[in-house]
Amino acid sequence: MKIKAFIISIITLSGILLLSGSCGQNGNQTGALKSNMAERSFVAPGELDEFYAFISGGFSGQLAVYGLPSGRLFKVIPVFSVDAEKAYGFNEETKPMLNTSFGFVPWDDAHHPDLSQTNGEIDGRWCFINGNNTPRIARVNLATFETEEIIELPNSAGNHSSSFVTENTEYVVAGTRFSVPVPQRDLPIDEYKGNFKGALSFLKVDPNSGEMSISFQVMMPGFNFDLAHPGRKASHGWMFFSTYNTEEANSLLEVNASQKDKDFIAAINWKKAEELIANGEFETMNSEYAHNIYDESKHMATTIMETSVKILDPTKYPGLVYFLPTPKSPHGCDVDPSGEYIIGSGKLAASLTAHSFTKMLDAIENKKFDGDAYGIPILNYDDVVSGVVQGAGLGPLHTEFDGIGNAYTTFFISSEVVKWKLGTWEVLDRQPTYYSVGHLMIPGGNSQKPFGKYLVAMNKITKDRYLPTGPELTQSAQLFDISGDKMELILDFPTIGEPHYAAGAPADLIKINQKKFYNLEDNKHPYAAKSEKETRVERKGNEVHIYMTTIRSHFAPDNIEGIKVGDKVYFHVTNLEQDYDVPHGIAMIGANTAELLIMPGQTETFTWEPKRVGVWPFYCTDFCSALHQEMQGYVRVSPRGSNVPLKWSLDGE
Amino acid sequence: MKRSKLLMLIGALLLTGLFIWPMWNITLHAPQYPDAIGMDIHIDRFADAKPNDIKNINIMNHYVGMKDIPESIPEFTIFPYVAMGMILLGIVITIVGRPKLYVAWFGLMVVLGSIAMYDFYRWEYEYGHELKENAAIKFTDKKGQPMAYQPPVIGSKMILNFRAVSMPRLGAYAMFLGMALSLLAFFQSKKENDKITAVST
Repeated sequence: MKIKAFIISIITLSGILLLSGSCGQNGNQTGALKSNMAERSFVAPGELDEFYAFISGGFSGQLAVYGLPSGRLFKVIPVFSVDAEKAYGFNEETKPMLNTSFGFVPWDDAHHPDLSQTNGEIDGRWCFINGNNTPRIARVNLATFETEEIIELPNSAGNHSSSFVTENTEYVVAGTRFSVPVPQRDLPIDEYKGNFKGALSFLKVDPNSGEMSISFQVMMPGFNFDLAHPGRKASHGWMFFSTYNTEEANSLLEVNASQKDKDFIAAINWKKAEELIANGEFETMNSEYAHNIYDESKHMATTIMETSVKILDPTKYPGLVYFLPTPKSPHGCDVDPSGEYIIGSGKLAASLTAHSFTKMLDAIENKKFDGDAYGIPILNYDDVVSGVVQGAGLGPLHTEFDGIGNAYTTFFISSEVVKWKLGTWEVLDRQPTYYSVGHLMIPGGNSQKPFGKYLVAMNKITKDRYLPTGPELTQSAQLFDISGDKMELILDFPTIGEPHYAAGAPADLIKINQKKFYNLEDNKHPYAAKSEKETRVERKGNEVHIYMTTIRSHFAPDNIEGIKVGDKVYFHVTNLEQDYDVPHGIAMIGANTAELLIMPGQTETFTWEPKRVGVWPFYCTDFCSALHQEMQGYVRVSPRGSNVPLKWSLDGE
Repeated sequence: MKRSKLLMLIGALLLTGLFIWPMWNITLHAPQYPDAIGMDIHIDRFADAKPNDIKNINIMNHYVGMKDIPESIPEFTIFPYVAMGMILLGIVITIVGRPKLYVAWFGLMVVLGSIAMYDFYRWEYEYGHELKENAAIKFTDKKGQPMAYQPPVIGSKMILNFRAVSMPRLGAYAMFLGMALSLLAFFQSKKENDKITAVST
């Protein structure tokens, strides 16, 4: 009895000790982890982030620039949507940027930013991004962080499998998500099959200027082309596009496009396409599309309407396209840094499929085909698959790589990021996301050389993660530290619009190329006034052109008379400052447009059509100096037909 | 050539540095200017330390009524002739080879240098004191006198939120070295003469 009691008490005691011990340990761990977490995403005041992250603004149409690991937002670059803050699409200089064959389209749905590369590594020169709705590709200059070029894509709709860059930025590709009749014509919708086409556009990029041109379009069957990635190293010269709706349904796609067990990843041999183009083996199609280029020296954009495009019909040219069967409506099709594996994320599946490039070439050579689709060979599934990541999660969407043999995949349905090993296909770690992650980004992810330190997960749903802001909530990104064996969530940060996709680069790569201001001497704007001596007001009928300048802290001229109701007044404002971070703004009462925000050395123009007689003020909108509040002026507006002479002055002179 | 003559020649020729490098520099430091703004003073002109610096100094200074830094000042037409004259004189002295003349050259340089420094001080004084009547911002010093914005001739000084640093630059250092060499030439030649005397006795 005594012994029994003794044993029981010993056991109980040791149990309590163990429990308390483990409790204490747990408590400490959480505390330590928490403080360490904050440390790892903390960038002290005055210090700079290690990486730039370019995160798509989704339905905002813009591109947001963040720092990692802090998650701080630095700039929203206007790309496809007007931006009153920067006068993008409002001033005379940038209005042409949003021209299309449909006219001025002030909004788009920005999806997939990708960075230019040299020798398979990101080079920090340009960021490309696609507009999904009215198909367009934009190029952002990373020296100025301004949109420099937007090119429209003819024969395309739902520009989604875009804008992915090849190893030396030879091409940016843009594929059609919503196949359409090509050429467009009046057709019963249920005659979809066979009549609708999916154009895959290859845009050549000038290696010096970055200027794009549509080199050719591969006119594919009417599937939905979802995402794409370029081959690298051995697979350089190929581009891979994921497809869904190979069923070619035209209604209730959620059901009808989900019937087949496998859709395809289309492998396009673009080196072969280049040969065909060089040999003149293409058709020329008349198609109208806008090409908008911003000229930095003129500070002005112009639109050129292009009239034709070269078409390659893959059914006519064997060897141009092959299909790799891939389970369940694949979304992501991601190529690992070695270029050997092409990872298909069947979004309705629970597993991932890794195709082997080596096996693909072998299957092509030995004609291991499993039939064809519209004459395009389908490679035998078992002969191209290298491995399957089993039971990885539900609803895989997108995979990126850390450069040391691991892959990271987002799972939308099971709301998690899963780390797994290339080659062995084993799952190594999984971490939940809050909530329903779409894409992810590792800086340098689409290149031979990823920087596997951080991973940004971009979530589709936020719910209770932030203070509520009515029915519409912020969207969110989550930062994981992936430098260890296990992924660790270290930061949540809100994003603009919907963060569809992102690209990241080491800060040093981009920082060194930054333009600080525009040289006034190099300003070739036709309405520039490069000194106060050149300021003047000119009348041409009812058009009045004001050549105005700004410098701390005044406008020249700042008193203008002789303007009449019914005039169209152009304010051409040149910022004479030649120092870093000294923009001036200007806004005019009643002008039916936005303010201007003019960088040093730049000229911008807004128009004003005065409707009422009176004396109307304008002022500087950007707090420029100690006497910013004094930076203002007046325009006297006289009645129609009045004889008040045109007069302008600064301080009576 | 005797070592003393060589020293004197090099000393005189070092003044050509005044035509190559700036003589002086004034730099303004403030938190809002992480890359400080500055002005180089050459023998014949004011120059931006980095592009647009003078323009940006003028923009800042106009608030307190300071005049723009002039494109040119009369000294810029005189100084180059004086320097060239001193180089030629140095060469002539080298040829003549009289040690006393080396010292004389050094002495003349000291006199001329002092005049130049005084002139520089005067220019700075006027630049910092002669303010426009209609200045937007008028500060007073602790004694209630209108604040002056004169930069230091040499060294550093706080002017409102700016730390103004004024220091010689390579051109001036070359000149100082040249002057030192002329003095050295004098002592060297004395040593050489002693030797000659020693040998002859």
